[in-house]
Amino acid sequence: MSASAIEISELTKDYRLGFWHNRVRRSLDHLTLKIEDGEIFGFLGPNGAGKTTTLKLLMGLIFPTSGTARICGRPIDDVKVHAEIGYLPEQPYFYDYLTARELLDYYARFANYNSAERRERVNRFLELVGLASAANVQLRKFSKGMLQRVGIAQAILHDPKVVFLDEPMSGLDPIGRREVRDIIHNLKIQGRTVFFSTHILSDAEMLCDRVGVLVEGKLQGVGAPSEMVSMQVNAMEILFELREGLALPATLAAAKSIGGRNHVEVPEEKLYATLDELRKCGARILSVSPVRPTLEDYFLKLAGKKPSAPVPMEAVSR
Amino acid sequence: MSATTGPVAINTFREAVRDRVLYNLIFFALLMMGAAILVGEISIGIERLVIIDLGLTAISIFGLVMSVFLGVGLVSKEIEKRTLYTLLAKPIERWQFLLGKYAGLLITLAVNTAAMTLGLAAALFYVGRPFVRSDASILIAIYFILLEFALITALALFFSCFTSPMLSTLFTIGVFVAGVFAADIRNFGALAKNPALKGIATLVYYLVPNFQNFNAIAAAGHGDHIPASLVGQNTMYAVLYVAVLVLASSAIFSRRNLK
Ligand SMILES: Nc1ncnc2c1ncn2[C@@H]1O[C@H](COP(=O)(O)OP(=O)(O)OP(=O)(O)O)[C@@H](O)[C@H]1O
Ligand SMILES: [Mg+2]
Repeated sequence: MSASAIEISELTKDYRLGFWHNRVRRSLDHLTLKIEDGEIFGFLGPNGAGKTTTLKLLMGLIFPTSGTARICGRPIDDVKVHAEIGYLPEQPYFYDYLTARELLDYYARFANYNSAERRERVNRFLELVGLASAANVQLRKFSKGMLQRVGIAQAILHDPKVVFLDEPMSGLDPIGRREVRDIIHNLKIQGRTVFFSTHILSDAEMLCDRVGVLVEGKLQGVGAPSEMVSMQVNAMEILFELREGLALPATLAAAKSIGGRNHVEVPEEKLYATLDELRKCGARILSVSPVRPTLEDYFLKLAGKKPSAPVPMEAVSR
Repeated sequence: MSATTGPVAINTFREAVRDRVLYNLIFFALLMMGAAILVGEISIGIERLVIIDLGLTAISIFGLVMSVFLGVGLVSKEIEKRTLYTLLAKPIERWQFLLGKYAGLLITLAVNTAAMTLGLAAALFYVGRPFVRSDASILIAIYFILLEFALITALALFFSCFTSPMLSTLFTIGVFVAGVFAADIRNFGALAKNPALKGIATLVYYLVPNFQNFNAIAAAGHGDHIPASLVGQNTMYAVLYVAVLVLASSAIFSRRNLK
């Protein structure tokens, strides 16, 4: 029987604060989690939940207060683990005096490739992340999204079995996000395990076999995205325009008008009835989109606070 | 060098080159040229002494400044800029990283010193003196200077593993100054009446490297013979001292939580 890709057991991290290091903040609280080979796992949580802390612990950048973890069956303090993993830190930053090509070549030296293999690989991955044309530009001249792309390239350059990505989509434009989703999806096809953190529900929903939700260092739940309450649609939003001189039917009195356009929220089961009415009064339908509680609402609910009114997904998927 | 330490060392050297650290060579070249021309004008038989004295002193000052300021930044800069996160996620132990950074700065210092040595040779050539056998002492003096750089860099690296770059700089300079006056500190200890003071002076004397032992500039200027025993003794001392510091640095750095 082969070991799980990632096995985290009772992992806890306390940060010491204050001048005398006498105050303690628990950033991760007895996290226990098992991720199987070939799984794509989304690690969700609001700011300060402890996602980055978890990843840094797994990478051996910081040390746990208590608890253990294994990757590919090896304890995380065994540096041999690192031959099997790739890591994209949050807001990655690299040696800015190197070019993208030099940087990737440098990292490739820590895997056992000869110089021809290195060259081929570096070129292939530069291409993959869309940086072929900027390959010989010094990284100090790179934009945030370009750095993010270099970061992704270095994380997967050596065909790692398990890939850890801390907010892989952050700083990317819509095309970049789509590309990264494709990359992650391809990693899955190749049978690799991906563990990534994000705030963006739609990314997790589209990619993950399972997600885990972390709030204030505590794991609140793990499951398939479809099982999560917050993923359920609880209303449909219709955006429409009325022809001049025409009035709204009384049933649509709740519609709000913004910038000459009207929008209304209706329960899913009333969607078709409402659309019929709109057709009758000659309205032009601009869009119909599902309204879901945001991740924030879900987190607030988990934290025992009252959620605010639902807003469309796009509002949070910055 | 191991498969992981080597690339780190080379990259450290490359950083120094790209960050234009070697530009200090231009100042050195100007200094040597100026001195050679000036001394050539006077020419009362002390050209050799002046040029060698000035050249070696400049080599040592330029290098010491580099050792301290680049030394304290070796690790702290990588932590501050978070370039270390991705590197340490590769199959490399923290001590290998540390050793690579240290070796990289030594390579930089060695290349820098070699270039300056050529400059010094050119200046000596300009003042019109044929090279003689006793000039070997100049090379030995330069070797001692390099050992000094190795010691200072190791100290800077060591301090930077547990304090801020600012404090590391102060501590390193402090140890250097104490090391230059090591003999005086010992004499002070011998004369002191207060037993506590005596103890402290003796302790400091044994803890800091005695940098006077590494100063052969005057001997080189006068073309004095430098005994082989001193070369062996200094080499042994530097190697041991550096080994202890690098081991201690590794032990501290390996336990450190990276911010
Ligand atoms: N070096 C540190 N020293 C002290 N406290 C820290 C340190 N790093 C993180 N923390 C604290 O640990 C908690 C978790 O932080 P972490 O960075 O893991 O959150 P996160 O889930 O990654 O958040 P985000 O979504 O904003 O990236 C926070 O309360 C943070 O203040
Ligand atoms: Mg984070």
